[in-house]
Amino acid sequence: MDNSPELDALLARLDTGASRDRISAAADVAELEVVERDLLGRRSGAREVREAIKGLDPSERPVAGRALSSYEAGVREMLAERATALAAAAAAAGEADAAERLDLTLGGHGLNRGHHHLVTQVQRELEDIFVAMGYAVAEGPEVEDDWHNFEALNFPPGHPARAMQDTLYVKLGRPEQVMLRTHTSPVQIRVMQSQPPPIYCVMPGRTYRNETLDARHSPVFHQIEGLAVDRGITFGDLAGTIEAFTSAYFRTTVPTRLLPSFFPFTEPSAEFAVGCVFCEGSGCRVCSQTGWIELGGCGMVDPNVFAAVGIDPEEYSGFAFGFGLERMPMLRYGVNPIKTFFDGDIRFLSQY
Amino acid sequence: MRVPLSWIRDFTPIEAEPAEVARALDHLGLEVEAVDEPGREIGGVVVARVVDVVPHPDADKLRLVDVDYGVGSTRVVCGAPNVVPGMLAPYAPSGARLPGGVTLEARRIRGVTSDGMLCSARELALGDDHAGILDLRGHGEASPAEGAGDDPEPGTDVVEVLGLDDTVFDLSITPNRPDAMSVVGVARDLAAHFGLPLDVPAARPDPAGAPTATTISVVVEAPERAPRFTARRLDVSIGPAPRWMARRLALAGMRPISNVVDVTNYVLLERGQPLHAFDLAHLAGRGLVVRRAAPGERITTLDGVERRLEADDLLVCDAERVPQAIAGIMGGADAEVRDTTTEILLEAAYFEPEGISRTSKRLGLRSESSARFERGVDPGGVLDASGRAAQLMQEVAGATVAPDPIDSYPAPVDRPRVTVRTDRVNALLGTDLPADRIPELLAPLEIEVEPDASGPPGRFVARPPTFRPDLEREIDIVEEVARRIGLDSIPRTLPPATRSGTGLSPRQRDRRTVVDALVGAGLAEAVTISLVSSEAVRAAGYAGGVVEAANPLRAEESVLRPLVGPGLLQAAARNAAHGLPDLALFEAGHVFRPPTPATEPLPDERDHVAVVVAGTRRRAPVEPDRPVDVYDAVDCLRVVTDALGLADVRLEPEGAPGFHSGRTAAVVVDGAVAGHVGEYAAATLAAFEMTGPAVGFELDLDALLAGARRDRSFRPLSRFPASAIDLAFVLDDAVAAAAIVGALTEVAGDLAEDVRCFDEFRSDALGPGRRSLAFALRLRAADRTLTDAEVGDVRAACIREVERRFGAELRG
Repeated sequence: MDNSPELDALLARLDTGASRDRISAAADVAELEVVERDLLGRRSGAREVREAIKGLDPSERPVAGRALSSYEAGVREMLAERATALAAAAAAAGEADAAERLDLTLGGHGLNRGHHHLVTQVQRELEDIFVAMGYAVAEGPEVEDDWHNFEALNFPPGHPARAMQDTLYVKLGRPEQVMLRTHTSPVQIRVMQSQPPPIYCVMPGRTYRNETLDARHSPVFHQIEGLAVDRGITFGDLAGTIEAFTSAYFRTTVPTRLLPSFFPFTEPSAEFAVGCVFCEGSGCRVCSQTGWIELGGCGMVDPNVFAAVGIDPEEYSGFAFGFGLERMPMLRYGVNPIKTFFDGDIRFLSQY
Repeated sequence: MRVPLSWIRDFTPIEAEPAEVARALDHLGLEVEAVDEPGREIGGVVVARVVDVVPHPDADKLRLVDVDYGVGSTRVVCGAPNVVPGMLAPYAPSGARLPGGVTLEARRIRGVTSDGMLCSARELALGDDHAGILDLRGHGEASPAEGAGDDPEPGTDVVEVLGLDDTVFDLSITPNRPDAMSVVGVARDLAAHFGLPLDVPAARPDPAGAPTATTISVVVEAPERAPRFTARRLDVSIGPAPRWMARRLALAGMRPISNVVDVTNYVLLERGQPLHAFDLAHLAGRGLVVRRAAPGERITTLDGVERRLEADDLLVCDAERVPQAIAGIMGGADAEVRDTTTEILLEAAYFEPEGISRTSKRLGLRSESSARFERGVDPGGVLDASGRAAQLMQEVAGATVAPDPIDSYPAPVDRPRVTVRTDRVNALLGTDLPADRIPELLAPLEIEVEPDASGPPGRFVARPPTFRPDLEREIDIVEEVARRIGLDSIPRTLPPATRSGTGLSPRQRDRRTVVDALVGAGLAEAVTISLVSSEAVRAAGYAGGVVEAANPLRAEESVLRPLVGPGLLQAAARNAAHGLPDLALFEAGHVFRPPTPATEPLPDERDHVAVVVAGTRRRAPVEPDRPVDVYDAVDCLRVVTDALGLADVRLEPEGAPGFHSGRTAAVVVDGAVAGHVGEYAAATLAAFEMTGPAVGFELDLDALLAGARRDRSFRPLSRFPASAIDLAFVLDDAVAAAAIVGALTEVAGDLAEDVRCFDEFRSDALGPGRRSLAFALRLRAADRTLTDAEVGDVRAACIREVERRFGAELRG
């Protein structure tokens, strides 16, 4: 059966080829939207055809409907292809990204990094150096009794060296029997009491003085103390160990100097200093023009200390050393005054 | 202790430069704190003779002074009233340098040109005297040997005339070296170091008249506290000390007073032996009694302060037992030497060190004398020092010295005998010294060495002198050997054993993990003072027991912190006061509570970790800012517990002191409360003068670290797809979301891969006290794709369980 003239006229309006030309001609997404409206929109030929189909003889409607659907599907496919092509072209030209541009300098969602306190940083650095040298890390209470803080360390009652320590006592027990430890040395005693030699350990922690927190003083500061007890330990081992760990800490071979000094719990005793790492010994503000930076005290464990903890000084010998932790960042970064460490000022904490 | 180099040279001929001497002192353990060269800042100032003085034509108070300065003469304008013809004065010509960096220029004063100036003592930094020009007549002598002063020649450099061409070492002497608190002691160490002789002439006063004991009585009632006590009678005539002596005292940091007093100070500095001169005219009964004080007894000391004494204090009294001095510490005002004194009793003693230390500490009274007695003076040198003083008083105070000083010394101190083993010395030092080297090293320190004939080779007996109370044991001799060879000469080694350390303990690693987790979550670690005020503790709501400091300097640092939180809140408040209210701080450290049980000697001391997050979470402009809320604290908590991998952590709604009662939960680890997390109560914030919201937690770190850890064995990764179930229930507010999550997880069993609450909703329709909570379950089986029926069964079981256990209704 031949098509009716009406049908042929309608089918002629569904000109896929012409539509393809128009779609291909669309130069950008905006033009393509216009073309899409023209081809498929409410006033498009396709819509008119859909309306006109209703006027056809029912026997011809399916044919027309199929043709229309096929045409529309074809057009949609071409539109999508063209849209993809245009998007790809636009992406290649950076246009869409430009349209979606965000200012990354605005910041972020507010996620911030945190900060280890400088004292923690120094403490860990030193702990790690000593751990690498085979030392363990030991700890003890910050409130101590007279025996651990003084007596076992060879400070007899009334000894003038006790006056060197500005002790902050605690209201417990008999007067002046319980105190905030004035040094980390009582941990030495606890370690030697709790294990037999060989002992190689460092003891970091808070120590206390009866001082008011101000620019130059603090009632609290941190020390790290080292202890080695073994057969045949010599003063030369002490000097060599100090040289080894200071060089590791300052990441360069620094000269070290030992000068005789006095501590009740070591003999011979010495103060140790490193060559100024800032001026390399030529003299500067940090080292007060001396070329040396005093770090701490050290010495061979006094036989009286060994006697207090029941170690035979004829069989074993040992050395100990200690120094202040705050001093390191004060030297390295110029942190000043010491109060800065303990104020919790976020401007300080977030610098490091 | 300030020691002039010229004084050291009285005893040993040191030629070394001052810098080398300073280095030697450091290496001997006599730490040099400062090196003073008092004449260094003065240049070109010379002695000038005043030739004529005429009035200034245009000024009443000024005069024109013609001076002869040896190589020329000139005229200066001067305002000082004491300038007279014939006077010798320091003349600073133009171009001369004065202390403080001043360089003189000629200038016109009221129309008359002054060619430089005449100087006062103050202008030469010699003291405060600015009333007149320094008179240099009689300043010609330069050493004790020369006796009375000549006039210096005009043109001589005043630095030389005034003895300012000297170097003063300011030494910090360690408590074990009383001998080094004297010029002779320092000279001895230096002589040993430089290999020079030490020559300390024995004092030989020239006595006359009746022996001391014929007119004087001395009774030592407490010989255990005054093992040696000597007294010597002298007739004196009081006057100023000669300039050489005053100058040395001034260089050493002591103020000249009068010849007799200055001699006692001079000998104290030179020999390290404190002396005390009593005015015999004011010493009732012409004698001394050394006794312990009666409790409550009083004495007014030289500084004008009345001191209350206890039975442990030692007194030097007159023969009628009236206190005249606190022995070894300070004299009393009564028998003080004064201008009218003509007869003195000179005390020199060895007092027991610990007793001096106790009394000095208790009275808060320290003196040059007590500083030496409490370290231990030389019991063997007491009389020689007294003789030295008598000799000097003969020279400078016209003294007549009575013969035979009284010497109470019932139990003379002998040199100790110390066995020293050469191999032991080498074993401790890491040296290889031959046996004969050690006696050589010790000899210049006056440590005698006797061979130990009975012992094995290399063993000997050292006999330290009585001025070295620190040398009693072999180790003390080892230290002297180390000092003599120089610590830097000892070969440096490392301990012999190569050991494999075990590194940080698990607990130490875990503690680092906690700190790292909080840092990773963006918090800043604070280290606050562990001493706080009781107000701060109370303000934080803490009502438990505290441990107090016994001798705090101020209330702000009087309590050992029982919690870390108050310190962090104080830090937050300080930051807010600086305009920085937004912060996230944490701290891990010790806290202190009264001992449990109370009989324990030390406090209950443990590790806590606390967090304070305050103010506003700054996220603008990307997202809106928002005030911190309690969920920020919960995040911090979760970060910590997850980092540790704790197996059983629950939050149970429970108020805690200082926190908002409706927004706080107990943190329950393995069934026990380890602390609290929540929002700080408005009252707490007000007490810390904070405005914004603040949240945080305070946890017992030890309890966290002890908590059971999650099973870390590997769970295979299923390759089958997941199924999702979403459920919403209407519940009473009292039912915790975590409880439902727990129930759902339990019901879904092995299939539950993830269960979370994703919505909370309230409305009028639900009614007050009720809310809707929505939960998402992700189910997955290890070995199969779950069927719709299986998922449906789980869903139904979940609904049944939640409805049954919590009285919930499924929301349609």
